[in-house]
Amino acid sequence: MNRRWHAIASLLLAALLAACASKPQGTVVLLPDSDGRDTALQVRQAGGELLLDKPYAAAQLTDRGPVAASSSAEQVQARFGAALAARPLPPQQFTLYFVEGKDEFTDESKRAFDSVFGEIARRPVPDVLVIGHTDKVGTDVFNDALSRQRAEVVRRALLARGIAPDNIVVVGRGKREPVVPTADGVAEARNRRVEILVR
Amino acid sequence: MNDPICRLRPTRIAGLALAVALALPAVADIGQVKTRKGQVSVERKGQLLPAEVGMALEASDTLKTGPDGAVGITMRDNSLLSAGPNSILSLERFEFDAATSQGRFDAQLQRGTLAVVSGRIAKQSPQAMTVRTPSAQLGVRGTDFVVSAGE
Repeated sequence: MNRRWHAIASLLLAALLAACASKPQGTVVLLPDSDGRDTALQVRQAGGELLLDKPYAAAQLTDRGPVAASSSAEQVQARFGAALAARPLPPQQFTLYFVEGKDEFTDESKRAFDSVFGEIARRPVPDVLVIGHTDKVGTDVFNDALSRQRAEVVRRALLARGIAPDNIVVVGRGKREPVVPTADGVAEARNRRVEILVR
Repeated sequence: MNDPICRLRPTRIAGLALAVALALPAVADIGQVKTRKGQVSVERKGQLLPAEVGMALEASDTLKTGPDGAVGITMRDNSLLSAGPNSILSLERFEFDAATSQGRFDAQLQRGTLAVVSGRIAKQSPQAMTVRTPSAQLGVRGTDFVVSAGE
């Protein structure tokens, strides 16, 4: 009889200890990348390390270190739905192109401007970074001014559509950051551009 | 890169300084509150401020959400962080060079739930972004994940 109680007591104790040992401290779940890029997360705790490198690979955080687990879209939604619903819209980048030596949009970019405006308009508090660039024809002084003028053209067009001035930051980078590297003095249409980051 | 400022005339330098000064509020910020639901506050230098959509964030800010609260922020490197109810999220360190994408981003989720999409800092250098909880450190190799703490 006594022995049996001992056995039960020690089983209970063991169960309690096991429960304590794996006391949950949190969960980590790697999600699929929205653009299909490689994703991975290194989970490090005092008790060990775990690499999550597949969508829905998960780790239970415990005081003995991370324990490998797997999750699902449904489980993530149930636990993290509120956090995911609060996620801001992803930033969008646009590039508009210009006629050589001028601050005029190419015809194609005149049409593309509408999608830039649409992207800004659907955000409650947009912040817009407008960065003007030139190709490598001309001096630094000329191109610094031209890149700035090109960015200003975009800014004025956005203001005309009702975007608040406080939400727009304009920068001119001259010919220093070509997308297509060329020798100095080379006309290159793809470098005559304004990059617009909408956040 | 050679320094174009050295070759500018004084009037242009004054103009440039003014332009930089005008652009500064947006440049000094590390991010912005983009979404907010329910009760959300920001602890900054010992003060508790109500978080509003559009609010600029600074390094060392701590975001706190109430039982009905949620908040979403966009960092200057395009990282997206959003926290669910009863969460405490500290933006411990954020440094970012927009020209090179070099930087450092350390955040801590002390409690609650957090969803993260990493941005340019983690993409440029996989060691440069970490998210901690009281018991774990996550090295962010990219890109999209959720984490909870203190359950």
